[in-house]
Formats: sequence, C-alpha cells, structure tokens
Amino acid sequence: MDSDVLRLDASAIDYVILASYFAVVLGIGVLARRQVSSSIDFFLSGRSLPAWVTGLAFVSANLGAIEIMGMSANGAQYGLPTMHYFWIGAVPAMLFLAVVMMPFYYGSKVRSVPEFMLRRFGPTAHLVNALSFALAQVLIAGVNLYLLGTIVNVLLGWPLWVSLIAAAAIVLVYTTLGGLSAAIYNEVLQFFVIVAALLPLTLAGLHKVGGWEGLKDQITASPGGAEQLSAWPGNELSGFDNDFLSVFGIIFGLGFVLSFGYWTTNFVEVQRAMASKSMSAARRTPVIGAFPKLFIPFIVVIPGMIAAVSVQEMVQYKANGGTGGNVTYNDALLLLMRDLLPNGLLGLAITGLLASFMAGMAANISAFNTVFSYDIWQTYVVKDRPDEYYLKVGRVITIVATIAAIFTAVIASGYSNLMDYLQQLFSFFNAPLFATFILGMFWKRMTATAGWVGLVVGTSSAIFIFILSETDVISLQGQGASFLAAGVAFVADIVISVLVTMVTKPKPESELRGLVYSLTPKADLSENRTGDEAVWYRSTPMLVGVAGVLVVALNIIFF
Amino acid sequence: MAETPEPTEKTTTAGAFDIRTIIGGLMGIYGVILLVMGLWFTDASEIDRADGVNLNTRVSIGLLVFAAVMLAWVFLRPLRVPVEQDDSERPE
Repeated sequence: MDSDVLRLDASAIDYVILASYFAVVLGIGVLARRQVSSSIDFFLSGRSLPAWVTGLAFVSANLGAIEIMGMSANGAQYGLPTMHYFWIGAVPAMLFLAVVMMPFYYGSKVRSVPEFMLRRFGPTAHLVNALSFALAQVLIAGVNLYLLGTIVNVLLGWPLWVSLIAAAAIVLVYTTLGGLSAAIYNEVLQFFVIVAALLPLTLAGLHKVGGWEGLKDQITASPGGAEQLSAWPGNELSGFDNDFLSVFGIIFGLGFVLSFGYWTTNFVEVQRAMASKSMSAARRTPVIGAFPKLFIPFIVVIPGMIAAVSVQEMVQYKANGGTGGNVTYNDALLLLMRDLLPNGLLGLAITGLLASFMAGMAANISAFNTVFSYDIWQTYVVKDRPDEYYLKVGRVITIVATIAAIFTAVIASGYSNLMDYLQQLFSFFNAPLFATFILGMFWKRMTATAGWVGLVVGTSSAIFIFILSETDVISLQGQGASFLAAGVAFVADIVISVLVTMVTKPKPESELRGLVYSLTPKADLSENRTGDEAVWYRSTPMLVGVAGVLVVALNIIFF
Repeated sequence: MAETPEPTEKTTTAGAFDIRTIIGGLMGIYGVILLVMGLWFTDASEIDRADGVNLNTRVSIGLLVFAAVMLAWVFLRPLRVPVEQDDSERPE
C-alpha cells in the first residue's frame, strides 16, 4: 500500500485513549507478576473461570485480523455471501464442538491437539502434527503482523517495512511483559472495545448511505449488483458458476471441512474452553461464544459493504474489478473510519483494532513457542534437560518466530484479499487434521501409521490443488479453490487412512481408553449440573437449540 | 504459602481485579473522554462528515450506561474468591 494515500488523522486524544488501554492491560500483567494476589490466581488458574468469561475469550481469540479486516474486505468484495463465514462457517461447528467434542476433550483430560495425536497415534503423527501446526502459526502470525503494520503505517506514515519491524518489536515487548495474565484480560476487554468502536461505525455508515434500504439500492447499482445482497447461492464467493455446486461447495467445503476443522481442533480456541470450571461450563463456552458470533458480521461485513459504495477510492477500485488505485479491499474498514469517525471515537476504533491484532499475533507466537519448545525440541531434539533450559529455548524461539513472522507478513502483503490467503492455509493444515481427528476418535481400529500417513497425504493433496489452481489448470475465482482443496484433502485423508489401517496393526484397546469414543466410560462424558449450575438458562442443549434456531432464521432472512 | 485446608473456606471480594470492574472502569473512562470531546472539542467538519450526527456524544452516553450496568453488577453480586487457595482445596 502506498503510504501517501491512506492516512488516519489521529490527534493527541486518540493516542491518550490508545495509551490508556495498553497501560491497563500491561499494568495488570505487571501487578500479577509482582504481587501474587489470590484473586489474580483465581482468575488465571483457569479452573475457576465462569462460562461467560471463557465464552467471550473463546470468540475473542478468533476476533482478530481474520475476522475484522478479512471479513470487512470480503464484505466489500462479495457482499452478503460473506455472512456464510459466520452462519455456515462457524456457528454450526461451535455447536458441534459443544455437543459432541467438548465432553470428550474435557472428560478425557487431553490438554492439547498435539497431545491427543501423541497418545492416540504415537510419535510420528505427533511430529507431523507439531511441525505443520508450528508452520501454520508462523504463517498466520504474519497475517496479524501485516495488519498491525498497516495500522502503524496509516497512523504514522512510516514505510510498510519499517512499520512491520516496529509492530513486531511492540508484540515482542507485549508478550514478554504482559504474559498470560494480560492475555486473558485483554481478550475479554478487547471484545467490548471493538464492539464500542464498530457498532457506531456501522450505524453512522448506514445513516450516511440512507439506511438499509439506501445501502441495498446503492449496492444493486454498483458493480457487484443485486446478487451481493443475498447470501445464497454465493457463486461469486465460491467461484462456481453452477448454483448447485456453489451451495455444495459452501456447505461441504467451508461449512463442514474448513470450519469444523478450524473450530474443533484449533489449539488456541479449544484451550479457552478447557479453562472452564466444570464440564457443564466447558460445554457452554463455545455455545456462549456462538451468540456474539451470530451478530458480529453485522458490525464487520456491513461496514465493508458500506465502504464499497460510499468511500471514493473503494468505489473506484471495485468498479475497476479490484485493480488500480492505491487501495485494496483490506483497507475498506480503515477508509470508512477515516471518512466517518471524529477524533476521540477514532482513537477508540484504533485501540480496538490494535488490541485485537496484537492479541492475535501474541497468541500465534506463544502457541508456536509452546509447541516448538515442548512438542518438538524437548521430545525429539534435545531431551532430558532441566526446565530452565527449555524456558531459555522458549525465549530464543519467541524472538526467532517474531522475526520469521516479518517475512511471512511480506507473503501476506501480496494478497489483495487476506481471506483468500487464510482459507488457503486452513485448507492445507486444518482440513486433513480434522479428518484424522474425527476418524481416530470414533474408529478404534485406526492405526498409528494411518494417523500420520493420512495427515501427510491430506496436506499434500490440498497443496496439489492449490498448485493446479495457481497454474490455471483449474480455474476457480474467489475462495472456491480453497473450498475444493479442503474437500479433497478431507476425502483423501479419510480414504488413505482407511486403506492404511487395513494393512497395518491397530493399537491394543487398553491403550485407547479415554481417547476413542466407544472405549470411554459414559460417565466421563456426561454433564452433571449441580448447585448454581442447575438453573434452566445454563442448560447446554437449550442454549444450543436457541442458537440453532437463530442461525436458521438469519439464513432465511438474508436468503 | 498454603495452610492446612480448613472446613469452611475463607473468602474475600475480588475487588479491582474482578474483570467486570476492569471492563466497567475502562468503558467509563472512555465514556467520559468521549463526552468531553463531544461537548467541547468536536468541530463542525467532523459532525458534517458523519452526516450531522455528533458521534462522540452519542457513543459516550452508550459507554457510560454500559459502564454503570457493569459496575452495578459487581456491586450487587460481588465475586467471592478463596483467600488462600491451594490445589487441595479447589472448589471442584
């Protein structure tokens, strides 16, 4: 992005708002470290977090770059079909996690996805999973860093590469100073700051374009046309010309493989729920997260759509078919902020965005750090050293990962719509993982060899589809190529796993207790609500039912 | 650090570390800042930009109401935490 074009005119008061946020978050981190207060312990020791806090942290951990900038970019480019990422691509998977997977996770006491792999399939699958996870985290950290850099760039006008390095340095300080204590508070706080910033932005934007009707008229008249006003069949988004294939691609590729893969196996997300105080609270966590998730698109996708018809540069860019000018779809939200928000509210909006990207990148870096130091380095490279040694490795690797993220940020900067890039990454890493995970959980015969071979074949076939689409052998516009890659990776993983299982020896059943559904005592999986938790509004099935009805209703309203 | 577990757990309010206090406090501060900005420091061009609406004032009212609700919640239902917590007396 050219640094002369987009400039947010922040004043002193905006920086005061920004500074006060980080003072609060870092202050809590420092206090928590200095004086061990029992109340701080209480919050951070995980086991006692109430479900509304873990639920908000759950959805906030995902409310980063992907969600805010990526989805408003998608909204500007594709319009309402973007809603699928929330209503088809997230909520059903969150409910599935609550009903089917969470009792199993919480009951079996597996604490992380790589740990499940190790216990279920042994070291090779574990190593494959740990390596691909680590790689995915560095690539996604690059996306967060790139967006952080973009904001520093529009605020201060530094060239992008200087902004990237500055943003990386800030994240490094934040991760070391704040630590985990700051992270949990930050996730919950950032949720409220973002809503406080984006809700007025959306309402003001709607007011400006003449309300919902005005927006509809202007979009119909714009290059996107009326099809950007209905969520289905979403041909432009999926890249399929055929309506049926498009719907199938969205439901199977995005709704099933990509989203179930993401939400049910993602280390960062699932661990938010593991921090709950009881089985019942653990199950409620993703469901409580699902409610904000249903409504977040209104304050993320709609501003993107408004930007596409009301911001001069954006209108021009879209009219040219997404080329020319000095803006990209990723700038939609920032452009709208520049055009609408007065100083003061602008500061709040900048704070919300910075907080969320920083938290997002910090989460990627610390997840990478954990997996690298313990799952890779300690398990396979240098074994049996004292704890301090691995802590030191962790510190060094945090710096290495941050530097690596600067390079992956450069890759991310090459995409005009970051969602395209992220969906590609998810199809490589999450789709095969989900296949192996679900098969291994429900099929006790599946062997250790099948575990890692399935993952390798699944990821390779997704990459193969990606290469075919890059070299124009398959021509799919939009995000259809990722949906296809995810679907192929999933099917290939399942087929190969089944075939390999047929010719290799399964693990003895005694080693699979607690790891495979049919071999786990039912008592470990059930939710027993007693005392405070016995009230009707804390019933998971009831909450799931309400969320299910809402998601169907929203799909009908915006059909 | 830990004493021997007692039959009745001693508790105290979480006070400033209650996440609701922090949320309410921060939103309240932002509400006040935006209200001051909206009343005295938002110029005509900024109001024009947003189609004649003074966004700072409107948002500040929302923030202050939200902060009041959060702090009232803390006041009415204070969070009790064990004074000295130890693994052997976790509430599960």
